[in-house]
Amino acid sequence: MNLDSVIFIISAAVTLFGAVMMIMQRNPVASVLYFILSLVAQAVLYVQLGALFVGAVLIIVYSGAILVLFLFVIMLLNLRGDEDLGAPSSPVSQLTKYVVSIGIIAEFAFVIWSTGFSSSIPTGIIAGASENFGSTEQVARLLFGRYLYPFELTSILLLAAIVGAVVIARKENGDEIESKAAAKTAADEVTG
Amino acid sequence: MSLEFFIVTFVKIALLIFVLLTACAYSTYMERKILAYLQNRVGPSYAGPFGLLQPLADGLKLIFKEDIVPDRVERITFALAPVVSFIPAMLIFAVIPFSSEFDLFGLLPSPTEGVISDLSVGVLFIFAVTSLGVYGLVLAGWSSGSKYSLLGGIRSSAQMISYEVGYALSIVGVVLVANTLSLTEIVSLQSGSLFNWYIFKQPLGFMIYIVCAIAETNRAPFDLAEAESELVAGYHTEYSSMRFSMFFISEYANMLAVSAVAVTLFFGGWAGPFLPPIFWFLIKILAFMFVYIWLRATFPRFRYDQLMDFGWKVLFPLALFNIMLTAALEIL
Repeated sequence: MNLDSVIFIISAAVTLFGAVMMIMQRNPVASVLYFILSLVAQAVLYVQLGALFVGAVLIIVYSGAILVLFLFVIMLLNLRGDEDLGAPSSPVSQLTKYVVSIGIIAEFAFVIWSTGFSSSIPTGIIAGASENFGSTEQVARLLFGRYLYPFELTSILLLAAIVGAVVIARKENGDEIESKAAAKTAADEVTG
Repeated sequence: MSLEFFIVTFVKIALLIFVLLTACAYSTYMERKILAYLQNRVGPSYAGPFGLLQPLADGLKLIFKEDIVPDRVERITFALAPVVSFIPAMLIFAVIPFSSEFDLFGLLPSPTEGVISDLSVGVLFIFAVTSLGVYGLVLAGWSSGSKYSLLGGIRSSAQMISYEVGYALSIVGVVLVANTLSLTEIVSLQSGSLFNWYIFKQPLGFMIYIVCAIAETNRAPFDLAEAESELVAGYHTEYSSMRFSMFFISEYANMLAVSAVAVTLFFGGWAGPFLPPIFWFLIKILAFMFVYIWLRATFPRFRYDQLMDFGWKVLFPLALFNIMLTAALEIL
């Protein structure tokens, strides 16, 4: 077992552990913290695949901006673990919940099955890739060349969401809510 | 990856942590001494010659203080917060080139790079690690179960998110000029002559950087998070003993980190004549630390709404303007 496999196994295990713990927690802050743990381990996986840029952006955008905002909102609402977070859900939404999750699991299983496992764990994905696969330059070329149109459309979608958030916040009338919207803009600027 | 690589890297990391922790301790001495002279006092002068042993005495005192954990705290998060605020500050130094190739006075078998890891996306690494720095303050504020801590935590997280935008955008200017994200390459591009330093090519970017860096590290005049007249001590109100001192150390480690980034990006890193590179690096960082302390002694604290307005309505557009200007000049 070489060092690569060791790092892969550790970070994959941490990713899954974080993800499972995130949905198992009653305390919302603990959930966010496990989510961060999972994301950082995921970033390690990306870095190991040579996608340094994607790994860095994952941390900058998700851990650094979006999850800070999650924490921020949880803090402002002062949610604690022992509080009941709403009425029990209806049978319809219970059913939908299970159908959707089983569907997603089946989809993932199918995709993984159809690609087929290669014997070596991490290198199998790198082997076929070109020299500067995942480099900042290559991602930028794709993003601002081939995928420019979808990229710009996504930014317009995000912009619409920001405007919507500001409009909703204005109605409630509160200074903190405004600063939340400002902070959301900050997060999206980092993304954009 | 040979055994030699592991040993050399380990030695570099160990040296860096040792130097960094000592530097943090002596930054407090430097701050107290310089503040004292700026205010016509003498500052610490009893422990050792010129009070040089004062940081040691302070450290010992803090270790022997009682570690009080108030009743209403969320214990795990409360214990986690000081560590979380400390680690990102240390991590930044993993990509900062502190010297040219060196062999530690012949102790190492072959010359090694003067950086722990020369990442090809070093600048992005700095962004990523800086963006994690806010968690320590947020978690400390939230887990303390005290209103002053909570208010301090919310304030500082809003402040840090706002100023991170300007901070990142001001660095983008440098990246545009240098055409690389690797810090080692950025330093080597600035070597040769004084006028290769990027501060001359990015004066506006540097000014935005320095303002945002001070706000990022929650230092005066942007130390709203611990405004003692309003919030007792902000997010670390409920902390005592070693946990308190970890926040203290991380504040200084953060100051050193943003100074090191500024030196690397705008002031030619370790480049300089006559003296060995590492000395130039340290001298430049010390100059930055002096500016930090000088600012603290000179400016009164901002009001909170002024701080937010300044960040979003002045610095953010300026930083965008700087990027557009730089990009236009690069194309011409």
